[in-house]
Amino acid sequence: MDMTTKTFMYVNRKAPYGTVYALETLEVVLIAAAFEQDVSLAFIDDGVYQIAKGQDTKGIGMKNFSATFKALGDYDITKLYVERESLAERGLTEDDLMPITYEDADDDWAEKPSVQVISRAELAVIMSEQDVTLSF
Amino acid sequence: MAMLHIVNKSPFERNALRSCLGHALAGDSILLIEDGAVGAVAGSSIAAELKAAMADKSVYVLGPDLAARGMKADRVIEGVNIVDYAGFVDLTAENDKTQSWL
Repeated sequence: MDMTTKTFMYVNRKAPYGTVYALETLEVVLIAAAFEQDVSLAFIDDGVYQIAKGQDTKGIGMKNFSATFKALGDYDITKLYVERESLAERGLTEDDLMPITYEDADDDWAEKPSVQVISRAELAVIMSEQDVTLSF
Repeated sequence: MAMLHIVNKSPFERNALRSCLGHALAGDSILLIEDGAVGAVAGSSIAAELKAAMADKSVYVLGPDLAARGMKADRVIEGVNIVDYAGFVDLTAENDKTQSWL
């Protein structure tokens, strides 16, 4: 059967743990990947905190799901866009983000970074090019 | 009659903290919890407003909520006090009233 592939962007705007949005996005993202769609994720506003490194949830008694982002490459999800302005507004830099990589099947499984820090203007263009945009 | 103001929403997503700062009086305490904890991180676009408030008010952040979001103690705005859950209880006891900004 010929299955149509569409581009799906999941837009993450909320910090993890305070609400269930971040965890639910991951569930939905993995579903779309299972249907072999072209999936990308955008982290803007407080969403940048979802991939902050060093998350330690022992003190709040919740599951730390941040490691799941590192598994996205195994589902061919290799485009994680982080908005530079959102980082700066929060006093954060690219160094505050988890290293997330994927193995490129077209380049002898070379390990490459999935995270791309881009400007708001650049992200706006990428958003406009999507078939489907889902916000969380 | 000192009041403890509790803010659990990020200042970058909602205006709860700004509204709180506009209504808190001298001698009051402000505690940032849950997603609100990210407001305590230094170098952000809200930091100057929090620093200004600290001239006559005390600002606290719940440490476990900060840690869950990957932020360590050295990232917090100077002068903001990091408390644990026991410290949260102490704040509610030390103040005459509490107000939650949702």
